[in-house]
Amino acid sequence: MKPMFEKGGRFHALHSVFDGFYTFLYTPNETSSSGVHIHDSNDSKRTMITVVLALLPCCLFGMWNVGYQHHLATGECAGFLSQFFFGLWAVLPQILTAYIVGLGIEFIVAQLRGHEIQEGFLVSGILIPMICPVSTPCWMLAVAVAFAVIFAKEVFGGTGYNFLNVALVTRAFLFFAYPSKMSGDSVFVSLGDAAPVDGYSGATPLGQLATATPDNIQILGVNGTPVDFMDIFWGMIPGSWGETSTFCILIGAVILLATGMASWKIMLSALVGGIGMACLGHAVGNPTYPVSMIDPLEQLCLGGFMFAIVFMATDPVTSCRTETGKWIYGFLIGVLAMTIRFYNTGYPEGAMLAVLLMNCFAPLIDWCVVNSNIRRRMKRLAV
Amino acid sequence: MIMGNIRKRLEPLINPLSNDNPVIVQILGICSALAVTAKLQPAVVMTISVLAVLALSNVIISLMRNTIPTSIRIIVQLVVVAALVVVVDQVLKAWNYEVSKQLSVFIGLIITNCIIMGRLEAFALNNTPFDSFLDGVGNALGYGIILVIVAFFRELFGSGTLWGFQVIPQALYDMGYQNNGMMILPPMALITVACIIWFHNRKAK
Repeated sequence: MKPMFEKGGRFHALHSVFDGFYTFLYTPNETSSSGVHIHDSNDSKRTMITVVLALLPCCLFGMWNVGYQHHLATGECAGFLSQFFFGLWAVLPQILTAYIVGLGIEFIVAQLRGHEIQEGFLVSGILIPMICPVSTPCWMLAVAVAFAVIFAKEVFGGTGYNFLNVALVTRAFLFFAYPSKMSGDSVFVSLGDAAPVDGYSGATPLGQLATATPDNIQILGVNGTPVDFMDIFWGMIPGSWGETSTFCILIGAVILLATGMASWKIMLSALVGGIGMACLGHAVGNPTYPVSMIDPLEQLCLGGFMFAIVFMATDPVTSCRTETGKWIYGFLIGVLAMTIRFYNTGYPEGAMLAVLLMNCFAPLIDWCVVNSNIRRRMKRLAV
Repeated sequence: MIMGNIRKRLEPLINPLSNDNPVIVQILGICSALAVTAKLQPAVVMTISVLAVLALSNVIISLMRNTIPTSIRIIVQLVVVAALVVVVDQVLKAWNYEVSKQLSVFIGLIITNCIIMGRLEAFALNNTPFDSFLDGVGNALGYGIILVIVAFFRELFGSGTLWGFQVIPQALYDMGYQNNGMMILPPMALITVACIIWFHNRKAK
């Protein structure tokens, strides 16, 4: 089959598509033909697959949680498996939409430009549905994915050249274009046609806090019962479906760190920044900003903060390259995410905006770090 | 021969429409292109205002071009443009108060529109009144075309209307369609302009 796609073959025009599938399914035995090349055994396909593996716990838990929240909200009793399959069924169309639209555009662009197909979308495709509410309509997701892949990635040259995280651009587009489908209390729990129980509220914990009155600060589950710290830690709360469980995110973080895929410096400094800002905000807690009234530890586990610093901030393409830069970059993400969450009541969660903002500043941070190093060495030389 | 002559005379009018478009080739006047293009009607009114100001100020400056001392020419230009803008603003307030309120400060800001100062400096100071008139009309239309294209897409996808009339049928909304709130915000105007530049460049290549 291969000769048909080589030069002169009948399907030569489709060679980039063929090449994409071929190298994805088999290990190619081609070697570089010129110059000196040192290859790591860890190519970008393997990197992507490892990240997807690290995302799996969150993904599977998220599916189950969608079912769990549904049954909690409707008051039905259901077994573990039926909850899981309810969730799987609810989120599968989103995952498929994200992959089909995103990969479709990547294939077309690779074809037009005569490039090889890049595998960057493997991770984005699973990340995108995970950071969206479960009830996001597929056509909205398709529009947002198309926008993000074209305008945040392909116009800059494709995988590896984008300066903004594609998954977050998708979410930001949805957030600003269709605000009624991205926040509020009717999008995070999949009710289906069933009627909810008395006392039902579909708002996420941070959504509840953002609109809470100062004398009544309490987080409630979807069926109206209070939520304690363990529920938040395990992730049995409503939210964008992939990012509720801090425990599963930590498993993912361990996988990423053990395989060396993500920078521990970014994760650690973002965590430090987040904790620092959470403690500071809590210490000067002000009833005008009800989110600042809750415990810093709960603060960390709520919303998309942990997910963002483990999977989004550490994206090697859009983060800082210099080692000192990584510390600054991560720290500022942590601080900014918490600051937006506390003091801008228009946005219940700030992690998305914090990471996107720091993506924009990452090259500047790198530039400053490199230049300060040059200046320091020049000074040493001059003596 | 005569046709070629007419073509040459009309060059100041035709060139800015596409080849030398002030917005998508010279990247001037972007600020107002972002601000007034959320709806079609203000975009068209803005185009007419700029057309009036640019054509008239080009003619006036061109008439005075031999008497203006070089050292104070910018001030003279500003006075002429400002006077015309005030007239346009007053006419608009009298004739269509609603749109005038929508455009608010952006009519006044025509004074600072770089296209106008640019044309006065680059063209009107060195050319005859008639050529300057054509140049003013051509540049204003070139600016207007882009404004109208951007406003068309922004109003269609952002509000589901065109010129205030509902064009996206209610049945589509019932099926779950929603207006894209991002199209109303300035960033999408910038991206729409970028897309026009993209197509324009591809065509020119």
